[in-house]
Amino acid sequence: MKSPTCDRYAHRQADRALILAQRLLETITHSPEIEEDMALSNLALDLIGQARTLYTYVDPADDGEDRLAYFRDAHEFLNPLLVEQPNGDFAGILVRQFLHDAFAVAYWDAMTTSTDATFAALAGKAVKETTYHLRHSRSWVIRLGDGTDESHRRVAAAVERLWPFTHELFEVDEVERELVATGIAVDPADLLPIWQETVHATLAEATLAVPTDGDRPSGGRVGLHSPEFDALIAELQVVARAHPGATW
Amino acid sequence: MTASAPAPSVDELNTLVHDVEDPELPHVTIGDLGMVRNVVIDGRLARITLTPTYTGCPATEQIQEDVAAAVAAAGFTPVIEFAMSPAWTSDWITPRGRQRLVEAGIAPPQERAQERAQERAGDASGSAEFVECPRCGSRRTRSITFFGSTACKASYTCQACLEPFDHFKSI
Repeated sequence: MKSPTCDRYAHRQADRALILAQRLLETITHSPEIEEDMALSNLALDLIGQARTLYTYVDPADDGEDRLAYFRDAHEFLNPLLVEQPNGDFAGILVRQFLHDAFAVAYWDAMTTSTDATFAALAGKAVKETTYHLRHSRSWVIRLGDGTDESHRRVAAAVERLWPFTHELFEVDEVERELVATGIAVDPADLLPIWQETVHATLAEATLAVPTDGDRPSGGRVGLHSPEFDALIAELQVVARAHPGATW
Repeated sequence: MTASAPAPSVDELNTLVHDVEDPELPHVTIGDLGMVRNVVIDGRLARITLTPTYTGCPATEQIQEDVAAAVAAAGFTPVIEFAMSPAWTSDWITPRGRQRLVEAGIAPPQERAQERAQERAGDASGSAEFVECPRCGSRRTRSITFFGSTACKASYTCQACLEPFDHFKSI
């Protein structure tokens, strides 16, 4: 029997995946080439699949996942702020993805040994999917960083802009503490060195500097989001709210 | 089915379920893809356990409906469950499935994908992987993007016969 704390934890992970997918889907038809439209929509599809598994776990009712995705208000979403950051340019989209994927691979890999059967099973699939995502986002960071002056400038700016939001991925509060104790959740502190190794090696290969740690914006995981978040949620939910129960 | 027809045996039902075709891959069955875990007859119920390929694959729901329809047509009440663990791997695609992918113009995944993933860890270029053109058999092929028209495929082009083609991702 899972606890309310486990539900909250599942929400955080599901929302992280769904909100990042929503940002990616904003780019469809706007990518520099059609292959990249396909790539980013495939990433989004995997992320939505991961989110659906967890929403269904929280609420197994037939309309459970729709209710959680479409009928919660912005402050009820518990995703980290990194994934809701506006796309900006193509470099911004891929840097956000890379910083997330480096975390997601370490996270799901560790979660394969979760004592929670649903999380462990999802992790076994998600680690493969996100490994594939990381391969894509990492290769773009390297291409852009070690590319032209213009691409280098843009990707460097994106790394600087998004870096502060990475700290929140490794935060621990009473939700994690309780679940780490029972082996359901992984201790984010254990993931940090793995994430750093991936990120530092990639930035070095991309001829990019590792930013200095400064601001540590936080709050997404307790429902405090950036001003742009309301617009994202409105776009995500508008059809479902305008036509409740509609099917097509 | 009519009252006089004998109820299918579990082996017959098993074959019937394996023969359900994937809606996105022409003539490739879910048996070929290694998605069928278990088929059990329990009185009037037929309990079918399947493994989904990708968590977000939209074909999963269609497959569920198609299996339910096939089972119902054989006179059973379908109970379909998805087993997430162990996670599906492209290594479960059968030799016949690999052959059918080639016939559909799709380069099959690498064999022993799981093992190779370990060897390849950290190689962002994916250069350790080579993919044969399903049309001319050349290994002079180039990845256009790691992704394709469905979650399970990547796009390639052949530098020998110049044809673009899909590659079933190795996971």
